[in-house]
Amino acid sequence: MSNAATGEGIGQPVRRKEDFRFITGNGHYTDDIARPRQTWAYFLRSPHAHAKIRKIDTRAAEAAPGVVAIFTGKHVADDGLGGLICGWTVSSKDGTPMKVGPHPILALDTVRYVGDHVAMVVAETLAEARSAAEMIDVDYETLPAAVALAACQSKEAPQVHPEAPRNTCFEWELGNKPETEAAFAKADKIVKLDLTNNRLIPNAMEPRAAIGEYDKGSGVYTLHTTSQNPHVARLVLSAFVGVAPEHKLRVIAPDVGGGFGSKIFIYAEETACVWAAAKVGRPIKWTADRSEAFLSDAHGRDHLSHAELALDKNGKFLALRVKTVANLGAYLSTFSASVPTYLYGTLLSGQYDIPAIYVEVDGVYTHTAPVDAYRGAGRPEATYLVERIVETAARETGIDPAEIRRRNFIRSFPHQTPVIMAYDAGDYEASLDAAMKAVDHKGFPARKAEAEKRGKLRGLGFSSYIEACGIAPSAAVGSLGAGVGLWESAEVRVNPTGNVEVLTGSHSHGQGHETTFAQLVASRLGIPMEQVEIVHGDTDKVQFGMGTYGSRSGAVGMSAIVKALDKIETKAKKIAAHLMEAAVEDIVFENGTFTVQGTDKSLPWAQLALSAYTAHGFPSAEIEPGLKEGAFYDPTNFTFPAGCHICEVEIDPDTGVTRIVNFVAVDDFGTIINPMIVEGQVHGGIAQGIGQALLEHGVYDPASGQLVTGSYMDYCMPRADDLPSFNLGFTKTVCPSNPLGMKGCGEAGAIASPPAIINAITDALGIRDIEMPATPARVWAAIQSRPRAAAAE
Amino acid sequence: MPVVAMTVNGKPASADVEARTLLVHFIREHLGLTGTHVGCDTSQCGACVVHVDGRAVKSCAILAVQAEGADIVTVEGLAKNGELHPVQQAFREHHGLQCGFCTPGMIMTAVDLIRRKPNLDEKTVREELEGNICRCTGYHNIVKAILAASQAMR
Amino acid sequence: MYQFNYARPKSLAEAEALLAKADDPKLLAGGQTLIPTLKQRLAMPSDLIDIGGLKELDFIRAEGNAVMIGAATKHATVAQSPDVKKHNPALAALAEGIGDPAVRHMGTIGGSIANNDPASDYPAACLALDAKIHTTKRLIEADEFFKGMFETALEDGEIVKEITFPHPEKAAYMKFPNPASRYAMVGVFVSKGPWGIRVAVTGAGQDGVFRVKEMEDALAKSWSPDAVASIKIPAKGLNADLHGTAEYRAHLITVMAKRAVAAAG
Repeated sequence: MSNAATGEGIGQPVRRKEDFRFITGNGHYTDDIARPRQTWAYFLRSPHAHAKIRKIDTRAAEAAPGVVAIFTGKHVADDGLGGLICGWTVSSKDGTPMKVGPHPILALDTVRYVGDHVAMVVAETLAEARSAAEMIDVDYETLPAAVALAACQSKEAPQVHPEAPRNTCFEWELGNKPETEAAFAKADKIVKLDLTNNRLIPNAMEPRAAIGEYDKGSGVYTLHTTSQNPHVARLVLSAFVGVAPEHKLRVIAPDVGGGFGSKIFIYAEETACVWAAAKVGRPIKWTADRSEAFLSDAHGRDHLSHAELALDKNGKFLALRVKTVANLGAYLSTFSASVPTYLYGTLLSGQYDIPAIYVEVDGVYTHTAPVDAYRGAGRPEATYLVERIVETAARETGIDPAEIRRRNFIRSFPHQTPVIMAYDAGDYEASLDAAMKAVDHKGFPARKAEAEKRGKLRGLGFSSYIEACGIAPSAAVGSLGAGVGLWESAEVRVNPTGNVEVLTGSHSHGQGHETTFAQLVASRLGIPMEQVEIVHGDTDKVQFGMGTYGSRSGAVGMSAIVKALDKIETKAKKIAAHLMEAAVEDIVFENGTFTVQGTDKSLPWAQLALSAYTAHGFPSAEIEPGLKEGAFYDPTNFTFPAGCHICEVEIDPDTGVTRIVNFVAVDDFGTIINPMIVEGQVHGGIAQGIGQALLEHGVYDPASGQLVTGSYMDYCMPRADDLPSFNLGFTKTVCPSNPLGMKGCGEAGAIASPPAIINAITDALGIRDIEMPATPARVWAAIQSRPRAAAAE
Repeated sequence: MPVVAMTVNGKPASADVEARTLLVHFIREHLGLTGTHVGCDTSQCGACVVHVDGRAVKSCAILAVQAEGADIVTVEGLAKNGELHPVQQAFREHHGLQCGFCTPGMIMTAVDLIRRKPNLDEKTVREELEGNICRCTGYHNIVKAILAASQAMR
Repeated sequence: MYQFNYARPKSLAEAEALLAKADDPKLLAGGQTLIPTLKQRLAMPSDLIDIGGLKELDFIRAEGNAVMIGAATKHATVAQSPDVKKHNPALAALAEGIGDPAVRHMGTIGGSIANNDPASDYPAACLALDAKIHTTKRLIEADEFFKGMFETALEDGEIVKEITFPHPEKAAYMKFPNPASRYAMVGVFVSKGPWGIRVAVTGAGQDGVFRVKEMEDALAKSWSPDAVASIKIPAKGLNADLHGTAEYRAHLITVMAKRAVAAAG
């Protein structure tokens, strides 16, 4: 049977296997799971951005109805538990390692942001736990807080950690400073731009949740949790926090309702739940409400940057220099340090041949929630900077924005940038051309004129982006400070009846792995997809894996499956050769059937699978019974998805409302397994990018450190009527760094879209810059303060 | 504790609950119907939408006792005799879901919308989804799915 | 939520009796604002008296030159009512724009005005349409009813029964929603009727809904968008937050007023 014939082959928009359970309400998210005799946890959180804890009195709370136990930082410390860690070490220019303040599970003597964990109350019901928490008497000595990022490195700023003077965790640099300075010295034109990359709050729709359990008989701990990478969680909880030895800890990430980075990290809450489960002898369940999620999920972005681009008289880029201050929040989260450094500075060459680049990044502690990876993680910040300054350069030199990009595109591959990355393949002009065609670039002046007649302002904005996915190979990331290897694992188990279980270390929380991965396996083995089960998210089933983030599951996770399938095929051919009494070299495997070349002998897949397990008459020295193979795959390079997004906006100058009238995205993701799923990933990414550009902003009160945008009343989530339908297209250059030629598609939309939108708005208004999010109020204010000439246009 | 009784997905359901129990918690914890989700605490995300006496209602913004005697339909009660509701089918066909968390609320809202406004256009669908937040799909395919379902149900 | 007692009276009279008896009661009339407030533990009533399902408060009648709407009438019912659509289409359109569809299926007009959220829509309609608010104790003119943020003229134990909206000759409501909450950041209701001309603004004021005399006078001279287009509203007393300055809100009042007059025809 051919999978192309059944419409299940690679490249087909196969409908998702996982949908049935979700559309009928039969998914199993962590909060849907109830364990026998479970108790509920509620976390008492700091109401202050910065305070000393003089005393915690839990006596009244302990006597409250339903209370099972109350834990504070002292209990955690007395038990010898370690703190939470950052798994990536970054060094400063002077060679010193980053300065890390301790990150306790529950605060010991100091709280460092509003929402910091002070105590955990365990009770029979959530309402009882919450009521008891209100009865805990905490004696705080409130202290001034370091909140406004621009002011936190001054000598006068309140200190977040004594270990990090001037709140500076690291002063990192990348690139070649002398070459960059020399290029600037001979430049004909220097373009300068100050940019803010606004703080975002991830807001996966499923709030974080955890159920910790302990089995006294076996000594095994089990943690159900909303994780994008359960094995990494287990490793951290075992090796660093010391909750339990790795072989006595099972972590299960069941259905997970979106992550976008925020569920990569190992947080205090799940750690406390699984640790305390042994203390109370009963399962402990915790589910964040949305307000807690706002306070305690790791936030994203939050950069202040100054950028300068040097050009020659022909508009050719000579050099780029960048100084960025990146907000890390109060503690380093699991991958915080890597995001504004190796995931950011390495992408500052964009799609352009820039001979010299030098970037400095200061990682700065503030009395706010930790900041870590959020969809795109560093790459949206880099793309925003590059595409905004390129656009500004176009306007200041009078060169058409498309033309200035063309003049500077990288055109031969591989291309070594001055900032580590070696781009392996791409055709940037192809996506620019396709996007300009799709947006009807030629017709824009007429549309602008027509809008003007209606009193509206139209603008067009480009974003030619590149990103790096896969985050690999392990040797490379290790040399850059990663504490882990970034390969992926797979195991293919063929059952005696011929159906197949594929265990993967990737984790699906919306990406559709159960479909895409099955599509790959089914087409390779020539069996229907319904006979393939993708197993993930349970450390007892999958031996080890690195999880899903950084658009890595296709390029790395599926490549591991390919490698395991190669081994399956090798062994299956051996068995087939034995059964059909032929030489292995003569066995052909196609469409689910083994044949002996040049004969009519054949053996269907199911029969071979059964034979592998009956093993009758196998030459046991040559062929082991069974059919199961595993593989670890470590790529040879990052992958480099790229493309061009163009946004057309129409602004109502009376209200400042920006409407996106057309959004075109042309992306090169290399080989695409399931275009329907890929398009869905792009849609979602663009929506989050539009959210960043127009709507979303995590705001702390600069004086008090209170989170002003602590609910959907003030944090503006993109709604259906904020967004247009999107106009997508694809170009293709195959990725040479993995067997399938895939590049990764999960983050492109969020990476590419913000500068396209802001370039369009500044084009419409005839202004140099507007800060994200470009809310109606900000756009209106920008219109009011435009120079008269522009206003009169 | 008050005893609350209602019909849920065509079957009688009753339990002793505290007056402060929200309908969504009654459905999830007392009846074990966990398809209805809680995604926020300000009654804005719509993951908890169910039908109360045939109309879409946010089950996190109503007490179980307020629904005494009501006829409730949750996402689990939408498919009839093993056959998916046309809106469920359309969500799958048009990839109107990714992580699936907002999906039950989206589907219940969409069924109610098509009942109220059988002749839908894209603008109306987008406006009517004001009370349902999705973080994965960018709404593109949700809108497509609802338009397709409204066509199919005509 | 904290614990409370819940009662669902069968009549208005029973509701009044329960209200008189309880320590610190609150009326529940749909609960689309009250329940979220209780969930945040921002209120701790001893008793919730649920009048949301009282049939005697759930009606819409057109009589004489007015539409009478029972306090427990849901927003969706007002929006769909043939009587309201015929005699007061601006009011129907306003109701259709409150919250989202699910909120409109539960929230009631009486609950909305008794709560007097400074960003809610109905207070603007009541004020601009010279509505009469009938309670269990008296009749209160809309002008006298709204007393500032979450404050009304209602006394303890007093229940809104009905709101009477005289038919306008011309009317329209224009809302500029807060991008995040979708409540009115600025909502302007303009009307022309037996009461003369009224312009009521919700969402923008620190003390809740208010009228704009200067615009009313200008529209009395000439009912046209241009009549209000150049009127600058002082920013003093208007809300300011991360969604916009007081100046922005002042500007939006003029823009929304202009658009409302245009829409009213």
